[in-house]
Amino acid sequence: MADTKVEQMSVKVVEDPSLMTGAIPAKDWMDVPAVFKPGNYCYPGKPSIMEYHNKNLPGLFGESREWEIEDDDWKLPENWKEIIINGIKERLDKFRSFKIFMDCCVRCGACADKCHFFLGTGDPKNMPVLRAELLRSVYRGELTKAGKILGRIANGREMTIDVLKEWFMYFYQCTECRRCSVFCPYGIDTAEVTMMGRELLHLVGVNTNWIMEPAANSNRTGNHLGLQPHTFKENAEYLIDDIEEVTGLRLESLNFNRKGAEVLFVIPSADVFADPGIFTFMGYCMLFDHIGLDYTISTYSSEGGNFGLFTSNQLMKKLNGKMFAEAKRLGVKWILGGECGHMWRVIHQYMDTMNGPADFLQVPTSPITGTRFDNAASTKMVHISEFTADLIHHGKLNLDPSRNDHRVVTFHDSCNPARAMGLLDEPRYVLNNVCNNFHDMPENTIREQTFCCGSGTGLNTGEIMDLRMMGGLPRANAVKYVREKHGVNTLACVCAIDRATLLALMEYWNPDVEVCGVSELVGNALIMEGEKEKDQGLRFEELAVKEGDTDV
Amino acid sequence: MYDSKLVITGLAIFVILMTFPLWYNGGNAGDLPKVEKPTNYKQCVEDAAYMRTSHMVLLDDWRDEALREGKREKVKAGDIEVEKSLMNGCMMCHVDKAKFCDQCHQYAAVKPYCWDCHFVPKETL
Amino acid sequence: MKFSFLAVIALVALAFLGANLGSGMQYLFGVIIPYVAFFLFIGGFIYRVTQWAKSPVPFSIPTTSGQGKSLPWINHAKLDNPSTIGGVIGRMALEVFAFRSLFKNTKAEIHDGPKLTYESSKWLWIAGLTFHYCFLIIVIRHMRLFTNPMPFFIEPLEYLDGFLQVTVPALYITDLLFVGAVTFLFVRRLVNPQVRYISFAADYFPLFLILAIATTGILMRYVIRVDIVGIKELTMNLATFSFAAPPANLGSTFFIHLFLICALMAYFPFSKLMHLGGVFLSPTRNMPNDSRMVRHINPWNDPNIKPHSYAGYEDEFREFMAGAGLPLEKELPPEEPEEPAEAEETAAEGEAAQETPAE
Repeated sequence: MADTKVEQMSVKVVEDPSLMTGAIPAKDWMDVPAVFKPGNYCYPGKPSIMEYHNKNLPGLFGESREWEIEDDDWKLPENWKEIIINGIKERLDKFRSFKIFMDCCVRCGACADKCHFFLGTGDPKNMPVLRAELLRSVYRGELTKAGKILGRIANGREMTIDVLKEWFMYFYQCTECRRCSVFCPYGIDTAEVTMMGRELLHLVGVNTNWIMEPAANSNRTGNHLGLQPHTFKENAEYLIDDIEEVTGLRLESLNFNRKGAEVLFVIPSADVFADPGIFTFMGYCMLFDHIGLDYTISTYSSEGGNFGLFTSNQLMKKLNGKMFAEAKRLGVKWILGGECGHMWRVIHQYMDTMNGPADFLQVPTSPITGTRFDNAASTKMVHISEFTADLIHHGKLNLDPSRNDHRVVTFHDSCNPARAMGLLDEPRYVLNNVCNNFHDMPENTIREQTFCCGSGTGLNTGEIMDLRMMGGLPRANAVKYVREKHGVNTLACVCAIDRATLLALMEYWNPDVEVCGVSELVGNALIMEGEKEKDQGLRFEELAVKEGDTDV
Repeated sequence: MYDSKLVITGLAIFVILMTFPLWYNGGNAGDLPKVEKPTNYKQCVEDAAYMRTSHMVLLDDWRDEALREGKREKVKAGDIEVEKSLMNGCMMCHVDKAKFCDQCHQYAAVKPYCWDCHFVPKETL
Repeated sequence: MKFSFLAVIALVALAFLGANLGSGMQYLFGVIIPYVAFFLFIGGFIYRVTQWAKSPVPFSIPTTSGQGKSLPWINHAKLDNPSTIGGVIGRMALEVFAFRSLFKNTKAEIHDGPKLTYESSKWLWIAGLTFHYCFLIIVIRHMRLFTNPMPFFIEPLEYLDGFLQVTVPALYITDLLFVGAVTFLFVRRLVNPQVRYISFAADYFPLFLILAIATTGILMRYVIRVDIVGIKELTMNLATFSFAAPPANLGSTFFIHLFLICALMAYFPFSKLMHLGGVFLSPTRNMPNDSRMVRHINPWNDPNIKPHSYAGYEDEFREFMAGAGLPLEKELPPEEPEEPAEAEETAAEGEAAQETPAE
């Protein structure tokens, strides 16, 4: 749990003098160095992990070594500065977004108070504009004539070790959630800047273990958790036992690595492993059983999530490549994806470009409703919420929403499905059909304006709890609002990272609000053929007593 | 260059718009205004430089003084005295609106509202 | 800020000297510098945009600000999350002509509790829009000095802008709004702590410069009053490449006004003012959200980056997989120990595996 107690934190975020509370810092931001203390940084990648990555993708991750963030000497390569400057040049040539975002900002400040990390910490360098200036100032100072001549007058500066440390601090206090880019009049997307910043840091071997280790696991075992095939299967099968206990039904349809299935189903691996993702997984399994879907789950491509997105485009591509490769090997017709936020950013905006064309697959067509998913005509991968919404719309599910009457639900739009895909109404449609009490949070905190959980992009680690609780404050605060107004006790989402991080966030700020995946509520509401009388939800929680029952 | 068709089209539109005066005139600056000066009078109420830049202010003041405050005393122009009046003062010497007033006004796209109230003398129409 | 202010003062002083140091200097400031500045502006602008365009857009990264195109019965936000070129044109038009993203601006505050609030904040949008549209109208209005005969739109524009008929010559509404908007934008930079902290010379300089241009223009129209026919003679000469000497007695204010405009034109392509071009090229706005419908091509996509192969995976875990009843591509050999297929990679990965604890 966080180092600071919630009572203290509640006062601190309001009263500590910060740019958020109206105090102007005395020093120019270039004169404020990044100071690392326990609790404000993530631990560096372990040498064995980095060695592994270096073997797979040479030249991208610097040298593997033992080093400590709080040490003065980060044991960088001798020519680290040259590597960074050349890295900037290379990326300017490869990414038009980066080039334009370096040149176009007018510092109007519209983005300043849009970042959850700024709202929670009040740290000026968490204003998206200033976060980008951290890199932009080096671009000016090192790569433009005006910046070289005028220096600080033109807000240009030299690349120094202090700048590098500052980058490390603030490019790992950005969750690439893109909320700022919604408000920017030029669409400047800080996520792009952070991605470049992180790629540059990787070049000189500056990284965090919490990202690099799951990425290594994902490459080798197929999933972040490093579950080996048999363990993955066993874990999933335990959940089938749990379903049996709740419904009295033994689902026989769950299977793995089966050739010739119609659909390959890819989930974030946390769903077979971690509470409350496991209940979401149970929901998927019940749904597929209910409709008789011919599907299979792969242990080789058992991770939908992609920590490469938080690292470098090359690693993203490498990890993502498994999905199409496995779909091809198994000979499926199309791919269905589970509830995961950043996984869907990769699938929706990168996958086809990086690892397509998927010409060995067919345009996804629901075997139950006959609906052709033309919005996925090329990538051939459909989101579970799209799939479920279509089933409900065609009346193919036998649902009893009152089985979720013990829940008053609100929905957290995950950053990536919201702002890098536009998946907003499908999950809401599903929720409105599987539960009777649904209330959205205030409009400035949902849909395209949704707030990050505060711990995305690989920041979901225990060593920066305080930061996470501050970054998640805007989200938690909006949940608190509907809790007080409507008695909301359940925060639904379609993201595995959320299911892990919101749990901690709610425990901290709104202790009586539970977190669940949308599919868990679908599973709860499904009337399965031959089921026993249900008095428990998927997490063995008591269901609300039905009014009809008491009347009799 | 990527997306070159779109980029070049965009830049072409930009250049065409920005160079509007260069191609619109076709290199021809047109005629300078030819102001017909009175032949029988030599001096105005103020010197020429002042009149060139600020006659509208003078006329505006005259209107206010004569019409609103009733101060209709005459104004000296060299040896003669002139009425504070557009029609009876100014146009006593500058008889032809088209050959005097309109010359510069048209050149500089100025549309004074004198003629909202005053009739244009017939002979100069 | 001080630097920007002094820089503009220096430019004013320079132009003042130029206007008063004889006809040679007047030729420099009235003819040569305007041409140089204008061609720097056009040339620089083209250079910057083509430099941007030299970099590809490797990934389809639109920021989706509304419901995407999905199932036919789900209401698609066609403008905020366009899936077609037509939609993108609509989105871009709203962005360029109405500053739609800025229109969404909110102001966040933190109160005791803690309680965060977000209220709609349109001031920046109003001032920004006013500023840009007034600037546009003023530039178009100035075309009366650069065309002879004048195109049809000048006269109605002059009439509408001077509609109030106060002061002589008639007060332009845009002059008033323009100065008001620029002043607001400047004061906002000073008063809003967040914006103040991020502002630097390059933010103040254009504001001071534009304010000085507006001030000298207003002085020339309403206070000092200049020989407009003489000025048009000069501007027409510029527009028709006659290279004639500027007429006498145009006055220092005019030369200052002209020189500051030259400074703005020359500065434009090398500054943040290039957002004029950038807004059209921003990949988060000008791409349709169709990346699952149509494959976007990355010209530098590296075909050599391949996923860790299934064969390598099965080789490493075959025994376990067989034990768990998972289907295999290659059955376990009856007794003999297996030989890894991808000897090197598998060995390396196996080694790392031992050091990689599961979470």
